[in-house]
Amino acid sequence: MVKSMIEVEVISGRTLDQGATVEEKLTDEYFKAVNYCELNEEDYNTLGLAEGDRVKVKTEFGEVVVFAKKSDELPKGVAFIPMGPYANQIIDPSTDSTGMPQYKGIKATIEKTDEKVLSVKELLEVI
Amino acid sequence: MATKKVICTFCGSVCDDVEFDVEEFKPKKFCKLGRSKFSKKERIKAPMIDGKEVSYEEAIQKAAEILVNAKKPLLYGWASTANEAIRLGVILTEKVRGVYDQCASVCHAPGTLAVIEEGIPGASLGAIKNRADLVIFWGSNPMEAHPRHPLRYSMSAKGLLIKGRNDRKVVVVDVRKTKTAKKADVFVQIKPGYDYPVISALRALIKGEDIDVDEVGGVSKEQLKELAEMMKNAKYGVIFYGLGVTQSRGRDRNIENAVKLIQLLNRYTRFVIWPMRGHYNVVGSGEVPAWEVGYQYAIDFSRGYPRFSPAEFSANEVLQREDCDAALVIAADPVAHFPKESVKHLKKIPVIQIDPFPNMTTLVANVVIPSAVYGLEAEGTAYRMDGIPLRVKKVIDTEYWSDEKILEELLKKVVELRGE
Repeated sequence: MVKSMIEVEVISGRTLDQGATVEEKLTDEYFKAVNYCELNEEDYNTLGLAEGDRVKVKTEFGEVVVFAKKSDELPKGVAFIPMGPYANQIIDPSTDSTGMPQYKGIKATIEKTDEKVLSVKELLEVI
Repeated sequence: MATKKVICTFCGSVCDDVEFDVEEFKPKKFCKLGRSKFSKKERIKAPMIDGKEVSYEEAIQKAAEILVNAKKPLLYGWASTANEAIRLGVILTEKVRGVYDQCASVCHAPGTLAVIEEGIPGASLGAIKNRADLVIFWGSNPMEAHPRHPLRYSMSAKGLLIKGRNDRKVVVVDVRKTKTAKKADVFVQIKPGYDYPVISALRALIKGEDIDVDEVGGVSKEQLKELAEMMKNAKYGVIFYGLGVTQSRGRDRNIENAVKLIQLLNRYTRFVIWPMRGHYNVVGSGEVPAWEVGYQYAIDFSRGYPRFSPAEFSANEVLQREDCDAALVIAADPVAHFPKESVKHLKKIPVIQIDPFPNMTTLVANVVIPSAVYGLEAEGTAYRMDGIPLRVKKVIDTEYWSDEKILEELLKKVVELRGE
């Protein structure tokens, strides 16, 4: 059954492409390496997504529009965004006195959207 | 000879068996991450003040003025530079009565807190390569973050007693079935944020106690029992943990619990635990201030002497509280890697950046000072993830100043302006 919105837990983290472009942050390669959200196939189909579609990821702390991708690495109900400026729009900034924001395991909703994915520079402007 | 032996300055594995063709500007034997570091790419062309190109001396003068005029500057980064530069950075922070914090703050610093509480039963990567017959990657994914680590030390490495992949059992504990998990003998999939209870359950089972539930954190009791037995029966086991543990619910407490698990295992066999450190010298960015002033990170000098408190003086706490009025960012990119709540304040205050490459912090920096790339254009000492010091080399000439030289001049200028 296709739904307009699903609930997930988001984690962020390193990928090979993110790492390989981390010192070229103002390039198109970096943009492509960090501007997407991976979903389990079932979740992906529940939202009726196709290649190139965008999703809006919303948490208590913010929202961000990214491209949607199918992944065979994730269980249902868990979404993954590569570490970087897109993930950092929605993670939990509080550190619980450890100094470490919670970059992983944040409750979020995901919905299909027609809004565009902001460039790295545009993203910085809206912060 | 055009091909020179070099030491990679990307990740914490600091591979010392790689080569670089200085005539062709071509990396050899590197992984994808190292190749990217040792390839030609866009650089910050010249020192800049508010977008206008200036000389190194002018940029350093302006940077010194910003630091001296600030009541409480934040000096952050330090993970991708050499120990010699970090040493000067700690002295500089003390001089300007600022806050010293480093990338581990958003990486492995929760592990540092755990080590303060519990210590760490560890080993060098060499010892692990030679002896470990059970390798557990917990919330770490070396196939993407430390691509040659499995080959050189942990999975298929040829050791003295452990001859290769067939002599080792490899276990991955993770939320995702990562590329590393796909290469493991056993994959234990846990729910996000359940590291702590899963570790507690393993401690109970290893002690011979029963657990009164069918599953913990998404892992069946049966699989937990199997893992507990595997750990107990290993001759030499290792847990390599990653940010899956430090950045999830529980943070430092997860590592503390994991260290207690290792202490328990050492009653039965030999077991060690070690963090998969990210940047090539993030260990140095903690060790150097530790031997200089006693603490690894989140150090405040505003009273003229060092105080350590991550709840107050870590970069994210300082920025979210708007408790710094200038920042010097070196060898890091907090604008890309901090939550937006912290970036907001960085956009408001004067920022000085020292880095070889333009990044998101460059976009908010008032003073930009380009630097040489350690391992390629500058030499210095870095600590590999297991604390082994390695001398990274300079193999090509450059017009760019090294971080060490920039900081030396900046320190001189600060002392001069303060009339000391």
